[in-house]
Amino acid sequence: MPKLKINGMLIEVEKGTSVLQAAEMLGVEIPRFCYHDKLSVPANCRMCLVELKNAPKPVASCAIEAGEGMDITTNSEMIQKARKGVMEMMLINHPLDCPICDQGGECDLQDQSYGYGFDRSRYQETKRAVKDKDIGPLIKTVMTRCIQCTRCIRFGEEIAGTADLGLLNRGEDVEIGTFVEKAVSSELSGNMIDICPVGALTSKPYAFTARPWELKKTETIDVHDAVGSNIRVDTKGGEVMRILPRLHEGVNEEWISDKTRFAYDGLKKNRLDVPYVRSKTTGKLEKAKWSEALTSVAEAMRATSPDKIAAFSGDLADVDSVVALKDLMISLGSPHIECRTDGMRIDPSTRAGYIFNSGIAGIEEADSLLLIGTNPKMEAALVNARIRKTWLNKRLPISLIGEPVDLPYPYEHLGTTAQDIEKYTVKDSQKPMIIVGDQIFSRTDALALHAVCRDLAEKIGCIQDDWNGFNVLHRHAGRVGALDVGFVSAAPIKTEEMDVVYLLNSDEENIINNCNKNAFVIYQGHHGDLGAHRADVILPAATYTEKNALYVNTEGRVQMTRQAVFPVGEAKEDWKIIRALSEELGKTLPYNSLLALRARITEEWAHFAEIDVCPQEEWGQFGVTGVLLKSGFKNTIDHYYMTNVICRASKTMRACVDKFYPKKTKTKIKKAA
Amino acid sequence: MLQDKDRIYTNLYGFERFSLPEAKTRGDWERTGALVKKGKDWIISEMKASGLRGRGGAGFPTGLKWSFMPDPEKTQKPHYLVINADESEPGTCKDRDILRHEPHKLLEGALIAGFAMGAHAAYIYIRGEFYNEGSAVVKAIKEAYEAGLLGKNAAKSGWDFDVYLHRGAGAYICGEETALLESLEGKKGQPRNKPPFPAMAGLYSCPTTVNNVETIASVPTILRRGGAWFASLGSDEKNTGTKLFCISGHVENPCNVEEEMGIPLRDLIEKHAGGVRGGWDNLLAIIPGGSSTPLLPKDTCATIRMDFDSLREVGSGLGTGGVIVMDKSTDIVYAIARLSYFYMHESCGQCTPCREGTGWLWRIMQRMVTGNATIDEIDMLYDLTKEIEGQTICAHGDASAWPIQGLIRHFRPEMEARILVYRKQAKAA
Repeated sequence: MPKLKINGMLIEVEKGTSVLQAAEMLGVEIPRFCYHDKLSVPANCRMCLVELKNAPKPVASCAIEAGEGMDITTNSEMIQKARKGVMEMMLINHPLDCPICDQGGECDLQDQSYGYGFDRSRYQETKRAVKDKDIGPLIKTVMTRCIQCTRCIRFGEEIAGTADLGLLNRGEDVEIGTFVEKAVSSELSGNMIDICPVGALTSKPYAFTARPWELKKTETIDVHDAVGSNIRVDTKGGEVMRILPRLHEGVNEEWISDKTRFAYDGLKKNRLDVPYVRSKTTGKLEKAKWSEALTSVAEAMRATSPDKIAAFSGDLADVDSVVALKDLMISLGSPHIECRTDGMRIDPSTRAGYIFNSGIAGIEEADSLLLIGTNPKMEAALVNARIRKTWLNKRLPISLIGEPVDLPYPYEHLGTTAQDIEKYTVKDSQKPMIIVGDQIFSRTDALALHAVCRDLAEKIGCIQDDWNGFNVLHRHAGRVGALDVGFVSAAPIKTEEMDVVYLLNSDEENIINNCNKNAFVIYQGHHGDLGAHRADVILPAATYTEKNALYVNTEGRVQMTRQAVFPVGEAKEDWKIIRALSEELGKTLPYNSLLALRARITEEWAHFAEIDVCPQEEWGQFGVTGVLLKSGFKNTIDHYYMTNVICRASKTMRACVDKFYPKKTKTKIKKAA
Repeated sequence: MLQDKDRIYTNLYGFERFSLPEAKTRGDWERTGALVKKGKDWIISEMKASGLRGRGGAGFPTGLKWSFMPDPEKTQKPHYLVINADESEPGTCKDRDILRHEPHKLLEGALIAGFAMGAHAAYIYIRGEFYNEGSAVVKAIKEAYEAGLLGKNAAKSGWDFDVYLHRGAGAYICGEETALLESLEGKKGQPRNKPPFPAMAGLYSCPTTVNNVETIASVPTILRRGGAWFASLGSDEKNTGTKLFCISGHVENPCNVEEEMGIPLRDLIEKHAGGVRGGWDNLLAIIPGGSSTPLLPKDTCATIRMDFDSLREVGSGLGTGGVIVMDKSTDIVYAIARLSYFYMHESCGQCTPCREGTGWLWRIMQRMVTGNATIDEIDMLYDLTKEIEGQTICAHGDASAWPIQGLIRHFRPEMEARILVYRKQAKAA
């Protein structure tokens, strides 16, 4: 462990630490533009120069490894002058258009020019201008502002695995571009906006809508996939203006997927803001008062025998409302509850059997990986980024059973059927890992498949005292939580025989199409999508940015959303609606506040008391040995940008579909909407 | 003055053919296998004894550089020798003559040097514009393979050795050793950060040594005649041996010549290049070592010796040995402005000071040529060169700053005069 001196202060750091990182540990701030914690180090901005004793020239602190006995000065006159020089060079061709730049107020160049800039320019010549590029519907470019730090290029090459951007030309004429103009096709492209230290890459949908200092920031989590990315929701007035990532090394590091970042405009469109009741005379949905809506639901439920009532919770349902609905259904006496609305028949008896046991960060520890029936790029872009990172760092051997898909790392394709699982063998792997896509459990042989995967995990040594490499990758934020609280039926519900169907955030086609024509359908949710179209009563609810609610991600990590804005119109938080309905039914649920509801939840399922903990679950029995189907695994997500009601209402996501997917998919979505 | 018997490059002018039989009569490939068999340690110690300093410009001791290569048994990685034949420095054309007239010296040197550093392969990265020179090298490589001098058990030395020629695509910066490696790997030619130095992680992250053509081509003769012979030539123990000088500009007879290290500059010009056009008194300034070295005024030129340390003492450098002579008819400000344009055009665009600064320098220099500037701007210009110098990844920033610093140091009165004249005229108009 080398010891070095920085500004006279001694510090001992781990081998491989750069001088810049060591200085940061001491609280010595070193300005930088090109350096980024998660990317490679090009040392081209030259802003982080420091003085190293006995070195002839100032050295770039980001690129130099801390060595024994180094004596570093970061604040000498020579260094101040060097940095001022670099800053001056950086600004001569920068347009200095901060008042009309979206980065203004949160711009590294602006901030650092306060420290190192001059109050006037010595540059008398003509400034350089660079043509803007069209790189897709998400990222707006103003290339004249670019300082050529190459962070975006490195992000594309290293994290996203799509080398779309590059540095063209040389010398003064260098510019960032795609060479042949095209959109940056990555599920993570929005992160380039965050890492851009200037206003060259900014958010297209957010352009000119708000200034950073007028935004209210709410730290919450995302529900567009089962990763549970940590995000910050920026709001102005009652409106979500943008969504940014929050650092969480265990889950999303500092990245978020484009869906998480850009689908927020869907929160403002096609919303259900008042209750609706289907008129008996016209057969059309008509606006109603809450009391009317609840009364008509209660009437329908009272008039029906309990075993003809079913409740389904959908992809975005939070744990609080699921528990409340479960309690209500029990008090009604109906056994028909189900969260696996896509027909998934995964065995929920053992928790280790349906969560991502190793944790997302655990991928970095694995030394071999098998993907079964999953396309992590589409289903969980950040899990995919983690796999790519591990592959980059140590050339992780990766195999895939399922549809051959385009992934940003090489893999061995073993086949597409369940029978091919037998073929998989690993050699000299201390920490083998399997990632099973949840959608393969939608097949009729789900239980047998589950058992096969379990046996394989045991055979190749995934299950050790301190390592569990058996991972199920879910697609929906609501799924693991609902499985945890047992919102499931032992046998598949015969939806077509049900007289009353309660849809909690459930817009799944197969449920709605299976409903009996005469069934009374209640839809509780926030968007006028499939479920609302079929409903007889609509109970408007809150989206994830409008409520405090519990979600469990695919790792089994319990996380909380926080209310950033109030629900639109008369919409209410989900659990409150169910609580109100229970009162109307005369089966009042025994909790009056969120606190009381949470107490009820933690009483039965203790793990909900521990927020943001990646659980260590005990291995157990699950699955039933049986006959496997011969047919191949199919991926169900064929377009990344449209996977739930919020995305489907989003214009930005629509634009992405138009840009990145051919016409075939377009018509398909139209039919669904 | 160098005697003919001490000349290394006996066919520098191409009076004889470059091909193998003729090369052999000049002594190339003589006892090469035996030299190699004397072992790595002997070769490196002889090279250290010879005091040969890298001929690419920086003048780093060659023997020392080779000794930095790690033990191949420990690294378990292939080692590479890369020969820098991307000679693009304005005013320099020494490697070109070696490549086209003495390629076998280069190949023989490559084998010995490669053996000394545990490399089984050498890459010659040749400037793309050197088309005919490249063809000569290709032919020489073919001849050497056919004669068993390269390939398996090269020259019966027991060492397997392959040589590849790679043509560049016309970028000056690819002559910088790490940019050259990037280019050789198929990437954009942008210099890498050091450390790690190429001896630790060079070509394809394997231990690599990058040497100039002249350095490598001198090796066989030095080893055959002994390090002591080479060290006996030159001005002192740190500036030894012979050096190729390229004399161009306002001289009667521009030429390439091999001379002893430390020859007085005036002797070099008068004895080999026929003197300055119009006589010594007509001399204005000389750029002594390729365009990036600061120019020397006439007074200094009269006494200066051409070696690394003497030139450094007067604030310039030996560089590549490209002597550019300028007589009094030269518009010296314009000449340096032209060099500024060159450095702006050839910047790779990676580091901020060089990318933005070289263009700025050129634009101010353009105004300096006409005098459309203020006296303060000369100080500002000097300040700017200091903001670029030493703050970039590679030495291109330094190279763009030095000629201007030399100009201001020695020709400030000329620049001021122009500004005053321009102002006067502007006022009159």
